[in-house]
Amino acid sequence: MTESKVLSLNALSKRFGSVVANDAVSLDLHRGEVLALLGENGAGKTTLMNMLFGHYMPDGGSIDVASPKGEMQPLTLGHPQAALSAGIGMVHQHFTLAENLSALNNITLGSEPLFALRRDRAGARAKVQGVMDRTGLVAPLDTPVGKLSVGERQRVEILKALYRDARILVLDEPTAVLTPQEADTLFENIGAMTGDGLAVIFISHKLREVLAFSHRIAVLRHGTKVGEIATSDADERVIARMMVGEDTPVTQRDAMTPGAPVLTLSGISVRNPSARDSLTDVNLTVQAHEILGIAGVSGNGQSALASVISGLRRPDSGSIQVDGDEILHPDPKTMIKAGVGRIPEDRHHDGIVGAMSVAENMIIERLDDPEVQTNGLLNRSAMAANADRLSQAYDVRGPGINARARLLSGGNIQKLILARVFEQGARLILANQPIRGLDMGAAAEVSRRLLEARAGGAGVLLISEDLDEILGLADRIMVIHDGQLTEVTSRNREDIGLKMAGEHT
Amino acid sequence: MMDILQILLSESFWAASLRIATPLIFGVMGALLCEKSGVLNLGIEGIFAAGAMCGWMAVWLGAGLWGGVLIAALAGAFFGLIHGILTVPLGLSQHVSGLGVTLFATSLSYFTYRTALPNVSSPPRIEPFRALDIPLLSDIPFLGPVLFQQTAMTMLALLVVGLVWYVLNRTALGVALKAVGDNPDSVDAQGLSVYGLRIGAVMVGSALMALGGAFLTMSAFDAFFFGMVNGRGWICIALVIFASWKPGKALLGALLFGAFDALQVRLQTEVGAMVPGQVFLMAPYVLSIFALVVAARKAEYPRALLTPWFKGQR
Repeated sequence: MTESKVLSLNALSKRFGSVVANDAVSLDLHRGEVLALLGENGAGKTTLMNMLFGHYMPDGGSIDVASPKGEMQPLTLGHPQAALSAGIGMVHQHFTLAENLSALNNITLGSEPLFALRRDRAGARAKVQGVMDRTGLVAPLDTPVGKLSVGERQRVEILKALYRDARILVLDEPTAVLTPQEADTLFENIGAMTGDGLAVIFISHKLREVLAFSHRIAVLRHGTKVGEIATSDADERVIARMMVGEDTPVTQRDAMTPGAPVLTLSGISVRNPSARDSLTDVNLTVQAHEILGIAGVSGNGQSALASVISGLRRPDSGSIQVDGDEILHPDPKTMIKAGVGRIPEDRHHDGIVGAMSVAENMIIERLDDPEVQTNGLLNRSAMAANADRLSQAYDVRGPGINARARLLSGGNIQKLILARVFEQGARLILANQPIRGLDMGAAAEVSRRLLEARAGGAGVLLISEDLDEILGLADRIMVIHDGQLTEVTSRNREDIGLKMAGEHT
Repeated sequence: MMDILQILLSESFWAASLRIATPLIFGVMGALLCEKSGVLNLGIEGIFAAGAMCGWMAVWLGAGLWGGVLIAALAGAFFGLIHGILTVPLGLSQHVSGLGVTLFATSLSYFTYRTALPNVSSPPRIEPFRALDIPLLSDIPFLGPVLFQQTAMTMLALLVVGLVWYVLNRTALGVALKAVGDNPDSVDAQGLSVYGLRIGAVMVGSALMALGGAFLTMSAFDAFFFGMVNGRGWICIALVIFASWKPGKALLGALLFGAFDALQVRLQTEVGAMVPGQVFLMAPYVLSIFALVVAARKAEYPRALLTPWFKGQR
């Protein structure tokens, strides 16, 4: 690694209304270096990178980028075009690909003259092919991007940047959507590219890959840079302390003897036009005092499974038993009555009604309860008392119980949902991606509550794409792939990862 | 039955179909361009009226016929700009803005016409485009009268179809347009202007719509009447869906509608005694609803259609 600087961010600041997203953050990057940018959700990582790429106009500070000859030159702020021509490429967390176009068209979009009558397709293809040969990042060029796998789409995103001769590559949570194997391949490719002098900044939540693949780690907290450390000097504890400012309590998982089955699915099949959302002959049992983890890459039938258990989708065949009773006509109300509590995957859209108040959201699943209504009229004082009590008990923070629920942060929305689920004494808790996108504090709280429910005799079905989360919480693990479930006995990352990728070992 | 067959085999029927289809071809290409970029333009009905009025008025005031066509296109682009500004950077509801533009453009056209000509009882006439007589081509049996004895504006409409197809499928501009209609972030991340592309597409699309209107006053008829657009704009919106946003299919759809319309006029004279005339007037619309039901289920919508995009919000 040579020590020549390619990028320096100088005291960048950005405010959104009264929220300070970045406060005078400075950062340097060198040729051939891999810098990991770490921090909790809302620490300002993505904002910082969006300023670098010109999506946001900074309120203060400046950016210098090295020219191809190595002289540092100020970057025009607030223009993606300027960042692109200075050699900065960015791979966003949510892919910025047009799905109706081929990969080749996505790659060349914006780099050829708009008003020319003819296009040089052969030249462009040869150049992309050259980049693919050099880096090992291979993607089919002529298929519409909508038909590519997630891993392929990500490679197209990276190719987009490299096609424009990026010397600095920013990756925002690149492995969030990949299988462990795909992630390892990605980092191998990155390793090869940095050998050619490319400098990489990647944002991640996963300490394991940060420690394995970066050279240097910078940590953001509450919008300021709280520290930088060479990866060789770091371990998980040191980094976690830098991120949250204190030692995080390790979640304690006591051994427990499973009790009677609370959920039994037998031979459940769901046929959907899209194969990504179908289930084939699914059998599973969740017992009391047990957390069953369902691992898998998104789009392998998780949402169909969750819909069946929450009563949103009637299976085409098979039977469902909750707490020993067969559910003949599953619909959401029946399932809630039978004792299923759901923590939905998309908490903003399916977990709350954003336009209704916090207090209303807390009782929304038990509107026929005489405690909250008499003869169809809501008992507002009981609702308020209930909301006050739950906000206290579950630490739901926000502008108050009468504020609209959409004003809460993601972590507090999740706590509101937890309060609702646990208060109705659910026998089975369907937790679909309960921790994704939460900061460490809120994530630890969710984990604690799930374990508490398990201790209290409930069964938990935990669906997650994050293997570390599953390994940390689940008593038993099943892998979902292509709509089918397989039990895994091994707790080895490698073995589970292979199953997630659909390989039978 | 023999009668229908005879109609379908006649030159005059096919020539009429193409003539009736011409304003629809302009309109459907305009609507297609707007929607490919992600903006629904319900201003089309009013923009037809504006094009019809402005083109006619320009010629009546002494401009040449092609001068009138140009003025009509500029008027269309102007209303497109209004719709574009309201829906693209300001992100207002595309439905509401579009209907507003239709009401505004229609009323403004009638108002201008009435203000300029307060005291006429019968609408003044201009000398419209004449049917072409191209040596050799016009003399080909059957094809000659159908294709090459039309007016220059019909030729222009067919040319526009080819042009739109070429731009969308063979140029970088077309790729960018399709991208901005699918995922505006993809365009922004590559350093192109989402607003520029969308407003540009809406303006050019609206100019084409206005040409559809100009055809009515400068080629099909020779004067401007109130209510002469008569729902043609709305038909174009439906035809775009029918065509699944493909220029070739859109041309086919417009021709099909033109053929239905030409057929009903002829059937009316043949069997008019037995069946009420309204049934025939209704037929093209019923048939297009039917065709739409069949085709629209499989239509591939531009993913970002109707979705506003704001800079710096991601």
